[in-house]
Amino acid sequence: MTITSGLSRRVFLQGSLAALTLAVTAKGLVTAAWADDAAQKYGADSMPGGTVDDPLVFVSIAEDGTVTIVAHRAEMGTGVRTSLPMVVADEMEARWEQVKVVQAEADETRYGNQNVDGSRSVRHFLMPMRRVGAAARQMLEAAAAARWSVPVSEVKAVQHEVVHERTGRRFGYGELAVDAAKQPVPMVDALKLKAREDFRYIGKDRVRMVDLEAIGKGQAIYGMDKRLPGMVYAVVARPPVVGGKVRRFDASKALAVPGVIKVVEIPAMSGAPGFQPLGGIAVVARNTWAARQGRSALQIEWDDGANVSYDSSTYRQTLQAAARKAGKVVRNQGDVAKAWSKAPEAERLVAEYHVPHLAHASMEPPVATVQIKGDKVEAWTSIQNPIAARDAVAARLQLKPENVKVNVLLLGGGFGRKSKPDFVDEAAIVARAMPEATPVKLVWTREDDIQHDYLHTVSVERLEAAIDSRGQVSSWLHRSAAPTIASLFTEGAMGEQLFESAMSAINMPYLIPNVRVETAEVPAHARIGWFRSVANIPHAFAAQCFIAELAHRAGKDHRQFALDLIGPACQIDPGAMGDTWNYTESPERYPYDTGRLRGVINAACEGAGWGRTLPEGHGLGLAFCYSFLSYTAAVVEVAVDDQGAVRVLSVDMAIDCGPQINPERIRAQLEGGAIMGLSLAMSSEITFTNGRVVQSNFHDYEVLRHNASPRTIRTHLVNDDHNLPPGGVGEPPVPPVAPALCNAIFAATGKRVRSLPVRTVV
Amino acid sequence: MTQLQINGQTKDVEGSDDIPLLWALRDELGMTGTKFGCGMAMCGACTVHMDGSAIRSCVTPISAVVGRAISTIEGMETDRVGQVVQQVWIENNVAQCGYCQAGQIMTAVSLLKTTPKPSEEQIDQAMSGNICRCGTYPRIRAAIQQAAGQLAQGAQL
Repeated sequence: MTITSGLSRRVFLQGSLAALTLAVTAKGLVTAAWADDAAQKYGADSMPGGTVDDPLVFVSIAEDGTVTIVAHRAEMGTGVRTSLPMVVADEMEARWEQVKVVQAEADETRYGNQNVDGSRSVRHFLMPMRRVGAAARQMLEAAAAARWSVPVSEVKAVQHEVVHERTGRRFGYGELAVDAAKQPVPMVDALKLKAREDFRYIGKDRVRMVDLEAIGKGQAIYGMDKRLPGMVYAVVARPPVVGGKVRRFDASKALAVPGVIKVVEIPAMSGAPGFQPLGGIAVVARNTWAARQGRSALQIEWDDGANVSYDSSTYRQTLQAAARKAGKVVRNQGDVAKAWSKAPEAERLVAEYHVPHLAHASMEPPVATVQIKGDKVEAWTSIQNPIAARDAVAARLQLKPENVKVNVLLLGGGFGRKSKPDFVDEAAIVARAMPEATPVKLVWTREDDIQHDYLHTVSVERLEAAIDSRGQVSSWLHRSAAPTIASLFTEGAMGEQLFESAMSAINMPYLIPNVRVETAEVPAHARIGWFRSVANIPHAFAAQCFIAELAHRAGKDHRQFALDLIGPACQIDPGAMGDTWNYTESPERYPYDTGRLRGVINAACEGAGWGRTLPEGHGLGLAFCYSFLSYTAAVVEVAVDDQGAVRVLSVDMAIDCGPQINPERIRAQLEGGAIMGLSLAMSSEITFTNGRVVQSNFHDYEVLRHNASPRTIRTHLVNDDHNLPPGGVGEPPVPPVAPALCNAIFAATGKRVRSLPVRTVV
Repeated sequence: MTQLQINGQTKDVEGSDDIPLLWALRDELGMTGTKFGCGMAMCGACTVHMDGSAIRSCVTPISAVVGRAISTIEGMETDRVGQVVQQVWIENNVAQCGYCQAGQIMTAVSLLKTTPKPSEEQIDQAMSGNICRCGTYPRIRAAIQQAAGQLAQGAQL
């Protein structure tokens, strides 16, 4: 028997007005809309679906005592499918060995927001999941007390049993399941959350990932692994240039390939790319291989459209030119021009930094399976944003969203790519063209993934600073030239938006009297998306390398120079730095805390033995970052040989993310973030020629491999303060890594690397 | 129709014999533990064993494996080295998304069978064809070293 009765939700927090915010975000008008919104909602309340903390939605108990907990957020490798149910289990005193985790389908009305993006899962759902668990525990206690006719104050839930302490009587959770379900759900102010010292799983590293064993046995089911009777497979030939379309095509040779069943035209996108499929020709076959062979046999003449002239080397000059002239001012404090003009030539420093386009390249390429039965559709996919998939399919097939069921399978990596549902839409288009009820699995090949990604932007960052005679920085100008993610939703949108500038460009807390931050208006010629840690990558790369350059110019130790620049511990209103976005969180709950920033810098430096004597050709480099409400620092040790080959010997990664819910997975994210940060710093680059992506697979879009991976990554978890609201963990490890590497290279060689990727130091 | 020996069982694959083993396993035989990552032997996600040696199934047509003993991740539970490697993968909490890990395990098992006590350089050499985008390399290295230690101990008993 499971708990299935209904519940008056009024006692629990709901985020009902949030749909408006999604619409606003999707149009890229974050700045204006949020700044003007008098009744501003923050954090989870600003998200579609908000939060739900109804125990009857998330928890059911079977008579054998099995506690089933719903994971409503998709698993892409951070461990959230384990961590959030673990929080519920801890609060409800469930024994983890008797917990079963089931994955929710897409339904934000029922479960709250499901968009696994922006390092939000624990940030937004820690407290709702604690309330779910506490409510379930109190309902079990109330059921037992009623059964024994004793006051509820005399009973206590302990590890899957409710105990009557005076008499030693006890009921297992299974015995109480039916009665507990009939208990009223406690009012939110009647909930008794556990004291920190009573946690069994939160912060304890006692729970392994729920899928760990299945993964090792090859039994875990990813989107790529869905199978249905009668399933057919599709691959798509997409326009090589964004905005291009099929002029004419001949499918006769493709249809002659053994196993090929059908060819389906996918309409070209129009206007801003958004989440639209790019268009092209799909080949449907009895297996993926035949579909690929069929695609190779297609003869297609493309109309490339306006982006055919996109060329990375000329575009870099465009960015550079834009970065060298005045842009739109997004933060202005003091008088940078005056301070600059007063500074003697020798005390001025100018540097330009470049970060190329990057592809996400999750090991599982995008993939979706769709089956249409009359006016009902079912999809199985590995997606970060299942509701976006549901809505895209519903719109495509002109059905009500509730007629579309999206099943969320494990993601073989996501990194931001799989928050866009274009591939599910493609599968729906192909399924519609097939006989009724034919399941279609639409597979992206690696070439498709590299060449048609929603790429990380490309940027030139120009920094100018003056140092006064006491070695103090008197002025700071940071000008970013990079196509904006807003161009995805608004055709022709140019210049970084607030949510991009507020990722490590405007929100710098340094004690510098004159500060100006500007963005340059440059057009996008590719689909620009969000990549793990987003605009923090180029902004932190530039600013963190530049601080090291300034320290060197001032003749000071980088760590000490940085700490002096940050100044004593204090809490800063992000709005005072022009950051009225603050990752959507309240400035009161989430001020910029320079003490926490100092803490991670010191932890990383101490872990790495900052200041120790190093062998010839070795160097230590430091960088730090505030992103997604968490504070991170990295110290990298490199050895550079006389050929300029760089070897990373060790990385020290420190994070202060507030309360540490699943420390073992936080360490995993720090390790993985270090590797991904080194990957983008040392290997990866997407370039365009004639509007086409030059790279196509892992031979030319290189990512870090075992042999280049540092043998040592030390992780330092700082603070673990449960009085603080949680910060993000998935994205924050990435931004400090590349600048720490380049600062280490300078320390080793005296050579500055200002353009990524660093292949060899010349 | 092509007859293959997979994990000690005979399996029939319909259609032409130029299909890569990866797609025969996944799409025709429903054995989805072996993963598609790149399709050109660049990432190792599709690694299986042929007569005990690691091969990339995405570029190996089934015609080339007829009469050979193929083992996949699904067969590792009954493999002495495979069992140890699967266990140390759990003990070290290696996986993040986990998608590449079947391939990593298959390569590691093959390495440990030919090189029971691999040096750091031998681990690099054997494992560098297997990409993990989540960045689990340090834990994979630690897990391989632990497995090597356990297997050596087991051999002495």
